[in-house]
Amino acid sequence: MNLKLKVWRQKNAKTPGKMVDYDAPGISPDMSFLEMLDVVNDGLIRKGDEPIAFDHDCREGICGSCSLHINGRPHGPLKGVTVCQLHMRSFKDGDTVVIEPWRAKAFPVIKDLVTDRSALDRIQQAGGFVTVGTGGVPDANAIPISKEIADQAFDAATCIQCGACVAACKNASAMLFVSAKISQLALLPQGQVERKTRVENMVAQMDEEGFGACSVTGACEAECPKGISISNIARMNREYYSAMATSEHVDLK
Amino acid sequence: MLLESKAPAGPLADKWKNHKFNLKLVNPANRRKYDIIVVGSGLAGSAAAATLGEMGYNVKCFCYQDSPRRAHSIAAQGGINAAKNYKNDGDSVYRLFYDTVKGGDYRAREANVHRLAEVSVNIIDQCVAQGVPFAREYGGFLDNRSFGGAQVSRTFYARGQTGQQLLLGAYSALNRQIAEGTVKMYPRHEMLDVVTIEGHAKGIVTRNMVTGEIESHAAHAVLLCTGGYGNVFYLSTNAQGCNVTAAWRAHKKGAYFGNPCFTQIHPTCIPVSGDHQSKLTLMSESLRNDGRVWVPKAVGDKRAPELIPEDERDYFLERKYPSFGNLVPRDVASRNAKEMCDAGKGVGASGLAVYLDFADSIQRLGESAVAERYGNLFDMYAQITGENPYKSPMRIYPAVHYTMGGLWVDYNLMTTIPGLYALGEANFSDHGANRLGASALMQGLADGYFVGPSTVSDYLATIGPGKVDSSHEAFAKAVNDVKERVKKLLSINGTKLVSEYHRELGHIMWDYCGMARNEAGLLKAKKMISDLRADFWKNVKVTGENEELNQSLEKAGRVADFLELGELMVDDALDRKESCGGHFREESQTEENEAKRDDENYCYVAAWEYKGDNQPETLHKEALNFEYVKLTQRSYK
Repeated sequence: MNLKLKVWRQKNAKTPGKMVDYDAPGISPDMSFLEMLDVVNDGLIRKGDEPIAFDHDCREGICGSCSLHINGRPHGPLKGVTVCQLHMRSFKDGDTVVIEPWRAKAFPVIKDLVTDRSALDRIQQAGGFVTVGTGGVPDANAIPISKEIADQAFDAATCIQCGACVAACKNASAMLFVSAKISQLALLPQGQVERKTRVENMVAQMDEEGFGACSVTGACEAECPKGISISNIARMNREYYSAMATSEHVDLK
Repeated sequence: MLLESKAPAGPLADKWKNHKFNLKLVNPANRRKYDIIVVGSGLAGSAAAATLGEMGYNVKCFCYQDSPRRAHSIAAQGGINAAKNYKNDGDSVYRLFYDTVKGGDYRAREANVHRLAEVSVNIIDQCVAQGVPFAREYGGFLDNRSFGGAQVSRTFYARGQTGQQLLLGAYSALNRQIAEGTVKMYPRHEMLDVVTIEGHAKGIVTRNMVTGEIESHAAHAVLLCTGGYGNVFYLSTNAQGCNVTAAWRAHKKGAYFGNPCFTQIHPTCIPVSGDHQSKLTLMSESLRNDGRVWVPKAVGDKRAPELIPEDERDYFLERKYPSFGNLVPRDVASRNAKEMCDAGKGVGASGLAVYLDFADSIQRLGESAVAERYGNLFDMYAQITGENPYKSPMRIYPAVHYTMGGLWVDYNLMTTIPGLYALGEANFSDHGANRLGASALMQGLADGYFVGPSTVSDYLATIGPGKVDSSHEAFAKAVNDVKERVKKLLSINGTKLVSEYHRELGHIMWDYCGMARNEAGLLKAKKMISDLRADFWKNVKVTGENEELNQSLEKAGRVADFLELGELMVDDALDRKESCGGHFREESQTEENEAKRDDENYCYVAAWEYKGDNQPETLHKEALNFEYVKLTQRSYK
């Protein structure tokens, strides 16, 4: 297969970027999308040009590193698949493929297709945990949890923090990501004690990082490679408003 | 230097308890006077950093990924073993200990393995308390499944994403400490050297992967939790960034490397589809329960599998191992697949694959029953290969996925450099010559949550909280060395790509130091690696500059270290003339092609000491004494 690429190139955060055209000849349909970029990069290095920088690591869809906007869609055309598991047989000979980084104010570009997603880590640091130190915990079976609840918590916990939900959203909202963590811990008995402070603190941090609001278009759920349900956002809103209504931390003016 | 395991005396079951009591403690009010560096943020690293932070130490944690949650522990699928005996099927700490020593083909230290089995039960409690969503039964209690190498159900799991959920648990504990300010996280930082002062580890040198800045970080102790080195083979199930650099830099500063040739090769992976391939994907070996492995009888038979009649197929595992058939152990299955392909009978475009055929099972059980058992695996196979495994047989091939070898550590997980520790896959310690399924996660968390924090405190109490800072000349020298090396890599400007060197090295390692090894091949490989390394430093092409995000430079540094490690692996494989676990020396096999151990001559840990660039390393032997487990030859007949 022979493809034409249009790739966002940006030297660093301070330099303006632009789209640059590349040819990708002799691509095998069995290659993954990232392997196709490897081949293009090898060609660039041979010519003494700078290879295209992109984040990637496990290449089996679980680490959440890869983050390419392909032909206008986060992680490309297939549903439930990260870029690293997207294969070139999903494209046709002669196609033009447009590759951009995640676009969101809260994800500044570091270089080319690499963005800074540390805002998501900071939201987790604001409350995405149960306050429990190592040691001094009860036997694992002392906390029975119904299978149904455990399965729901698991479904939320499969989020890979790739940021596709933010990239898909016209408001660059991180609600699907935040709600996945809130839901996991709100559903489980271990998360009950800190339930209110958790949602207050994580939402406050989310706002501080510059993510947009949710207008319930559902683009996040449609593009999430792990199928995280938008119903988590409904749960987060419920958690948030009930926390605010009964909060011990709100200043009454 | 004499290798002392420091394993305590006394009855096996009391060793860890007594040892913990004898370890020195640091008063809670004094802990803030100590700085600790943790390199790596996988299960071992995140767990250690969080726990040490909770205790009150000042911790700095480094990872090369953009977030600590992306460390490759996240990709572990199957589960985590623990001797809970929730199934009432006769499990115990002693049985887990016994299974692990035997599974490792009697090349692990008894005291370490028993401690691992002891703390396994605490790990599950800890993870559940953090909110890890393990699989549960309808009554609300935890579910278990069985795994290879054991006759009890002791594996806890979270669907096929156990590693992900355990790492997210450790990551959440780490996040809490980052928020409290006890841990400072340094993502997108790569460790490029260890700094020693008067023989003790006192810090590291890192490269900020965004700005290129070479930075010094001083501390009272350094913990390397940097994973395994499977990527020396180029193709493996490891993540692209997994590397040996941190461990190798430590090795060159005086940390001995233990059993470097012990590599585990998993038999059921999706095969290589072409030269462009960058990584291999594991398929659960449970598939061999219902799939039949075969190749065409005739060399070079390129017909589609459906067109090859039954009597022209060689079901080689069933033929050679009639009693175990397709369910022979991992190492035997892997080695036989390689033999078939080497003989020219491999299938697929590359000829490096064998068939795993479900036609009989689909006929016997029906397609829906097979889909119920293996649906997600069949889907994954279809996504990657574009073929429908319900209609035509899967093609599988073995792949490297874990390294039992690593930095040599004593019972306290301290390397031969005082103050430098190695935890998790980065050390050699608990799996001997072969790791059992669901034991890697157990070891990472055991080291990180429970063992490391106790033993590191003992060392800190011994050295005292004197000031450490990076103004010492040893830091200046290390920084200079790192800068010189970077400059060298960028200045060669040759004609050959880093990826080409890496791929070539991988081919050499795979062909001569992979599933089967022999003296002639190893000697040949040693020469080839040494030549390749020399050529690398003359002819490699690395673009860009240091003062920016430069993925080409990062890769070059890692491959340069793999080119040195590869030769040591070969040396180790040459020295060990016995077969054991994943290390199969063709000269040492029984008539049935089983691995033949030589306990009389090789019942030791090989610990290698670096002696300078291009100098032969010195071998030190730690004798393994088995007081409790009786050594027997594994047999599959």
